[in-house]
Amino acid sequence: MSSIQPSINQIQKKLAISRLGLWLFFASDSFMFGGLLISRFYLLGNQKIELNQFLGLVVTSVLLVSSFFMNRAEVMISRDNKKGFLTSLLITILLGIVFLVGVVGLEWRDAHFGPADGAQGAVFYMMTGMHAFHVLTGIIFLLFVLRNGINGKFNAENHFMVEASANYWHFVDVVWIIFYPALYLMGS
Amino acid sequence: MKRVWSIGIIRGLIFQLFGTGIGVIFFTTIRTILGLGWKTEPTIVVGGLFGAIFFLIGLGAFTDWWRAALGQEVLEPHEAHKFNGIRRYFEFTLDHKVIGIQYGVLSMILLSVGGSLALIFRVELASSGLQILNFVQFNTLVGLHGMVLIISILTGISAVSNYLIPLLIGADDMAFPRLNAFSFWIAIPASLILLSAMFFGGFETGWTAYPPLSVRGPMGIQMFFLGVYFAGWSSILGSLNLITTILKMRSPGMKMFRLPILTWSVLATSIMALTATQLIGLSFQLVMFERLLGMGFFTPSEGGNPVLFQHLFWFYSHPAVYIFILPGLGIISELLPVFVRKPLFGYKWVAMSSLAIALTSFLVWGHHMFTAGIEEYLRVPFMYSTLLVAVPTGVKFFSWVATLWQGKARFPVPMLFTLGAIIVFLMGGLTGPPAGTVSTDLHLHDTYFIVGHFHDTMFGGFVFPIFAAIYYWYPKITGRKLNETLGKIHFYLMTPSFLLMTFGQMRIGLLGMRRRIADYDPNLGFDSTHLLITIGGFLIAISVLVFFVNLIRSAKKGEIAEGNIWNSRSPEWSLLPSPAPINNYENREFRVVGNPYDYGLTGSKYVELIKSEEIKNEVES
Repeated sequence: MSSIQPSINQIQKKLAISRLGLWLFFASDSFMFGGLLISRFYLLGNQKIELNQFLGLVVTSVLLVSSFFMNRAEVMISRDNKKGFLTSLLITILLGIVFLVGVVGLEWRDAHFGPADGAQGAVFYMMTGMHAFHVLTGIIFLLFVLRNGINGKFNAENHFMVEASANYWHFVDVVWIIFYPALYLMGS
Repeated sequence: MKRVWSIGIIRGLIFQLFGTGIGVIFFTTIRTILGLGWKTEPTIVVGGLFGAIFFLIGLGAFTDWWRAALGQEVLEPHEAHKFNGIRRYFEFTLDHKVIGIQYGVLSMILLSVGGSLALIFRVELASSGLQILNFVQFNTLVGLHGMVLIISILTGISAVSNYLIPLLIGADDMAFPRLNAFSFWIAIPASLILLSAMFFGGFETGWTAYPPLSVRGPMGIQMFFLGVYFAGWSSILGSLNLITTILKMRSPGMKMFRLPILTWSVLATSIMALTATQLIGLSFQLVMFERLLGMGFFTPSEGGNPVLFQHLFWFYSHPAVYIFILPGLGIISELLPVFVRKPLFGYKWVAMSSLAIALTSFLVWGHHMFTAGIEEYLRVPFMYSTLLVAVPTGVKFFSWVATLWQGKARFPVPMLFTLGAIIVFLMGGLTGPPAGTVSTDLHLHDTYFIVGHFHDTMFGGFVFPIFAAIYYWYPKITGRKLNETLGKIHFYLMTPSFLLMTFGQMRIGLLGMRRRIADYDPNLGFDSTHLLITIGGFLIAISVLVFFVNLIRSAKKGEIAEGNIWNSRSPEWSLLPSPAPINNYENREFRVVGNPYDYGLTGSKYVELIKSEEIKNEVES
């Protein structure tokens, strides 16, 4: 225990601890998103929100594709392919920004109601806003990862920061997969 | 000046002050650029938000994380013990024992603040008519009394679990020491912001902050929301840390069913705090946004529904009461076998009952809303799930009684408080089912009966056990015992006056005294009982004062505690000297070889030291 060089076991133990902490955070955060989802159904029930369907489909596809590239990035760094890792990561970040612009820049401007216009507006802006906030923090994490990746801080053995940001990114993506039908598709 | 500046907490507070100013200026500038005028409410919210973040920056909470994010080397937590002596309690320190004590001191400060608020409005209630307060002041005091004490309880259980869990399971620290320190320090700006609600016009809603009143009332409610929001993050991150620590950092041989029983309750508590706390954060955030941006979540004319708030709010706030009591019940189960020299009866059942309470707690929130106009068909299911909670709680009572049965009991102060806790919690437990049954609740809802019931559960489940825990583990912290005579005065003064207080509350509650009102009709004949309740409250305050005197006096002059003073089997007493060394079990690594509570069984061992040549193998395997 007092040896200077941490043993493989200790590193693995630390990694397992960090992973558990990360997943517990997701569990906690999903309760918050769950609460938003419940608010949507409690207040709006079977109402359909009038939204730009085409735009919704585009941003959803963009986010899904970004998750694919995030996964590519993680796989590549675990195979020590640093160039491929950086390229995929950059694509992920760009797609994330496109998603943000799509939701906050276009959809919010496009919608025919504001946040103060009744329960529909309240629910829609709260859900998309809270999700967009998570996407924004995800992009910030990924920018840190990108910076460290350019400086060559990661390799096949040592890249928990990549793994954590990737999992966070996928988590936010999964949240959107549930939010998208609840906001755009359901109801009549 | 430079020396003052180098003290973390002072730097943090100065930063918070400036941060609040910066937030206000920043927000006003943006509004001016957008061509909007001054608006007080959003401005103070942004100011409060900036203040809390700046507090943490000034303290240095983000320094290491920032470095780590940039890929720089950061010190291993156990190398980072920078401060010694009294100084380390005012700094961003990573040692779980220091953080535990920091939590404990904060909890006791908040306990006195929250208690004093109650004394003020108790004076008002001692006779009918309005004497010293107006309505808004009264309501603000009632609401703050509730929420300040809730944060006191949350920090109190964090104190116990932070200090003890790593010691009990033989870990060298918590799983994430920096996150641990962060969770503590965010509670300081949270408490300050919460208390500042008094100076922004107060609020009228009580601690539950129901809309529509909270949407329309004075803007002190915003500071209330913001404070609770940060305290919620403290609770969430703290419990995340505890779950990871308990699951991943146990000593060799410590299987889940050989954990000290307190660890089980902390695990169950943490599962609830980790998940459910998000919902109170969300519900308060929604009201906040409704006030700030006009989002109509809870206003029926906008298509909203105030009952939604109650659903979200109670989804946390009912589990919350189990979050408050489970560690206390764990302390009772932990101390009882030590003082009666018998095994804990039904260890596995007690452990599982904690998890069962945690699980059931997610299914019972609706019993707070029987009169709120929820759907008729929801009432009976919620009633049954509520009564179901009595089963695992009953398991605990059976275990305590069976543990006491034919034991060789000793009665030092911690044991007195443990027994007091059992009796008081029994009162709280027995008054629960009438409040959870629909037909009786329709009569009891919003009366002083509920107030009496609630105070019984909180005192039995938190206050008495935490005092027991402090009397029991204080020597482990300071190396000196608390004074027994003062302790006995504390106990024998507090218990009867507390029972006087709550029995009085329940009596007038049954007769129809409504809660949360500043005045009542003298013809109801409640004046004398109200006076008794107030006297009871003041006697409790005096007894707690005796306790504080004891705490401070014994730190310097107390009897020196050497060795295993309570003759306990658990590792922190049987293996460690008092006060506990800074690196916990370094060079005293142990292995668990038996059951934790086999008191009186000759030749049985719970822990044994690992010989130094074995250590390497144990760690490797």
